[in-house]
Amino acid sequence: MPELPRKKVGLVSCSGEEMPEGTITRLATRKVLETLRPGETVTICLPLFLAGGEGERSFTRCYPTITIDGCEKRCAAKGTEQLSSKPAVSIVVAELSGAPRGFGTARRLNDAGMEAVKTVAEIIAKNVDRLLSKNPGDREREV
Amino acid sequence: MTQKKVWIVPCSGIGKTYGSVARESAFIITEDLRPEKTQIMPLARLVPDDSDVRPEIRHASSIAIDGCKLSCAASVVAAAGATVIHALQVLDVYREHPDLKPAGIAGLNEGGQKLAAVLAEKVAALVDAMEEKHNA
Repeated sequence: MPELPRKKVGLVSCSGEEMPEGTITRLATRKVLETLRPGETVTICLPLFLAGGEGERSFTRCYPTITIDGCEKRCAAKGTEQLSSKPAVSIVVAELSGAPRGFGTARRLNDAGMEAVKTVAEIIAKNVDRLLSKNPGDREREV
Repeated sequence: MTQKKVWIVPCSGIGKTYGSVARESAFIITEDLRPEKTQIMPLARLVPDDSDVRPEIRHASSIAIDGCKLSCAASVVAAAGATVIHALQVLDVYREHPDLKPAGIAGLNEGGQKLAAVLAEKVAALVDAMEEKHNA
């Protein structure tokens, strides 16, 4: 029987270099990819996606995608929808963090910024599980 | 040179170390070397049809810093309608300085940091040359 491609979730982070929230999106995405949900997620290279990478755009048309934006401009979500298809989940860091907090700078996050990376990564991971129809119990049984 | 700052547009890639070098060099230029003449412009901001920078794009001069030969930053900037005055690639600078081997994505190693600094100096010189040309 042929082996079908395993369903994965694509992660598109805005990576906005002008604000710390953009750095949070980037580091949280890497954390999910490398630590929390390796094998279940791929990162979509935003520049390649924007520049017309057919592989990246095809993936987002065929597989569920989570966009992670730093601010309400939602550039990653809008770009994904504009160039491919609507993301399954759209996360905005600035909306999650509640009252404005100091996360450091885009270049160097402070402790609060690094804590936000963990929080956002966990939110992404939960959404990955949901999109792959897993629940926490399934994950515990796998381990 | 007009009051407008030169846009420094790094490729924003998060999958390879070269993208991280591009980003770090953009930070060095805009925060340390030429903060009065440059501003960082995230690639993603150039794309949405309703982006708040749309009105500025046509009048902007930019320097694109790409991680690899795919030149996504330069392509996207040009497609958005901005003028790409210079397009640099991390790989080209690395070939000139093979001793500065970059590693790491979330955090660059020492080689990557030094490579970013070398690249930033190159870009700073280009920014200065643009200013001289404008004032000539």
